[in-house]
Amino acid sequence: MIEERFDAIVVGAGMAGNAAALTMAKRGMKVLQLERGEYSGSKNAQAAILDADILEQLTPGFREDAPLERRLVEQRFWLMDSRSHIGLRYRFNDRNDKRPNRHIVIRALFDKWFSGKVREAGATVLYQTTVTELAQNRRGRVIGVRTDRQDRIIHADVVVLAEGVNGLLGTRAGWRERPAPDQVALQVKEMLLLPRETIEARFNLKRDEGVVIEAAGSISRGMTGIGFIYANRECISLGVGCLVSDLQRTGETPYGLLNRFKRHPSVVPLINGSELKEYSAHLIAKRGYNTIPQLCGKGWVVVGDAAELNNTGHRGPLNVAMISGRIAAEAIFRLKSRGDRSTSNSVSLYKKMLNESYEDLKKKNMPALMHTQPDNFLLTHRQLVSKAILNFARTAGRPKAGQEKSDSKAFCDEWSWTGLFGDGFRLPRAWR
Amino acid sequence: MHNVVCIKQVPDSAQIRVHPVTNTIMRQGVPTIINPYDLFALEAALELRDKFGGEITVLTMGPPSAEDSLRKALTFGADRAVLLTDRCFAGADTLATTYALATAIRKIGKEYGPPDLIFTGKQTIDGDTAQVGPGVAKRLGVLQLTYVAKIRALDLTARTIETERRSEGGVQVLRTRLPCLITMLEATNQIRRGAMADALRAARAPIVKWSAQEAGVEEISKCGLKGSPTVVKRVFAPSARAEKAVLVEAGEQPAQALIDAIFKHQPKLETDLAALARDA
Repeated sequence: MIEERFDAIVVGAGMAGNAAALTMAKRGMKVLQLERGEYSGSKNAQAAILDADILEQLTPGFREDAPLERRLVEQRFWLMDSRSHIGLRYRFNDRNDKRPNRHIVIRALFDKWFSGKVREAGATVLYQTTVTELAQNRRGRVIGVRTDRQDRIIHADVVVLAEGVNGLLGTRAGWRERPAPDQVALQVKEMLLLPRETIEARFNLKRDEGVVIEAAGSISRGMTGIGFIYANRECISLGVGCLVSDLQRTGETPYGLLNRFKRHPSVVPLINGSELKEYSAHLIAKRGYNTIPQLCGKGWVVVGDAAELNNTGHRGPLNVAMISGRIAAEAIFRLKSRGDRSTSNSVSLYKKMLNESYEDLKKKNMPALMHTQPDNFLLTHRQLVSKAILNFARTAGRPKAGQEKSDSKAFCDEWSWTGLFGDGFRLPRAWR
Repeated sequence: MHNVVCIKQVPDSAQIRVHPVTNTIMRQGVPTIINPYDLFALEAALELRDKFGGEITVLTMGPPSAEDSLRKALTFGADRAVLLTDRCFAGADTLATTYALATAIRKIGKEYGPPDLIFTGKQTIDGDTAQVGPGVAKRLGVLQLTYVAKIRALDLTARTIETERRSEGGVQVLRTRLPCLITMLEATNQIRRGAMADALRAARAPIVKWSAQEAGVEEISKCGLKGSPTVVKRVFAPSARAEKAVLVEAGEQPAQALIDAIFKHQPKLETDLAALARDA
């Protein structure tokens, strides 16, 4: 039997892996994709915002059959107190009617569909197959992979590592460090079933409109973290994520945080009467530009979460993952059509293309900001602002002027003006 | 030898929910799997092929999406997969299902050589009837061995097979002649991890798809809902049982503590026992 050889092997069938495999297969390359899970998306716990423009480039006409949830029309930000919240609503209807450009997707369903497109494009996709080792020749060039199905090496010109946040192969090969506890967040999440009409009434939505709430403040108990609520078609995704290092330090339990979030008076009316359908936990990479590891070498490139290309402060790491997968694939294709067999210098074309197309990545370092300033914005300010608003909102039967004065004094005492400007400057920068 | 294994794609029963209000089964979004009992049948067929060579054809009837299950069967090492799919098969009970499967197996015999053995699982986890295997055997006019735990011997020259069949009274050793149909009992083997070559082949192999007509069905009225005398009258969720397990703290006299606890929870039992003792 002649040993089969592939143009490229893609390890992993998440967003980045699927984007890479699809792009190369469409270019007519011979692609093998290996996925550990039972199917693409089988281990994914995420509900996320998909940038339609990026997907459009990969699979035009995806709206016909992709399992899309609601289109996002509203973003709410909550600053939470133990009994109340201050909310900001941003409703945006631009480019959102005929061809909406942002959708909520449930990854377990979406990835399965996406993987079908990869197979249709002609890639060979194997599930329940774990890559155990990257095979290298004597000069350190990656020549293929070994899997748990056999000991023989499967050969390929280039291996695309899209193995996700844990990046076991890359770590084992010494190309990246294991993420430190302050560089990953542990997210716990529940899917809560509710009838479609109930969701629409509670969130004030018309048919197919969707909303996402992101909540900071008391919910994370002083840790760097965030709570979120996604209104999906017939269920609500609700969860909390905190930096692992903070969970270690405080001894808080993730399910404890989640339960507290669910019992919050602002959350209860949204989820009342729902049925728990799924409970899951996942690690989320929270590193920034500064920790992006080596992106390519002799015969290999790394994409998506495994490459720390997740742009944490920005909407949707999955979109960046898709971009990186596609760009890596385009770079590999360009090299192949030049007859180049992806030596170290040449795969770095990927890095160059990535840099050009995603200059933004450099700027976002939200967790670092939140991490170094954990007390400022999310804790001190929330309580003060909340107190002031409460005073404004209620009729206490006594003059308010004195209270207002003491509120603003409390503001100034606890929160220096430099702190105010510092936050005002830092937060939007990180969030942008 | 040529063996046919019938499999069914079923909803993963571990992930099925019953709707709290309507009491109906919520199938939406429930992942599908190969009926777990069928995997014991497939592995039994693979083990025979290891020893005696030959080919394995996997057959299923279902919607186009049942292709996923067939590909998985190919990954485990089956040689060929046939999907019997047609709108007219929808809503079939066991009578209509056995008609369609038996017809397809005859056609498989014509196309790829007559089967020596036909395997099924002992039952499916969604229907639980255990009727389809025996029904197919009856329609094909072949002998059947149900609840088989082990294949002890196979003689291809004499064309005989010897199996262990588990029954309520114990184990029966049964010998019969080929061809025959076997329904495999659970936990008798473990499905293998397919080799890389099988996985690659499975991902790329074409699945043979037959409509009712292509499979050689002559009487459409015997298929699907039309051919099914079984009618589902009502589906309901069983109500939770009132009985509970009770933890009894036993100290010095565990037997006495246990008896006290039992009588406390079932006062009638105490009076009944006392009456029995009196009568005796």
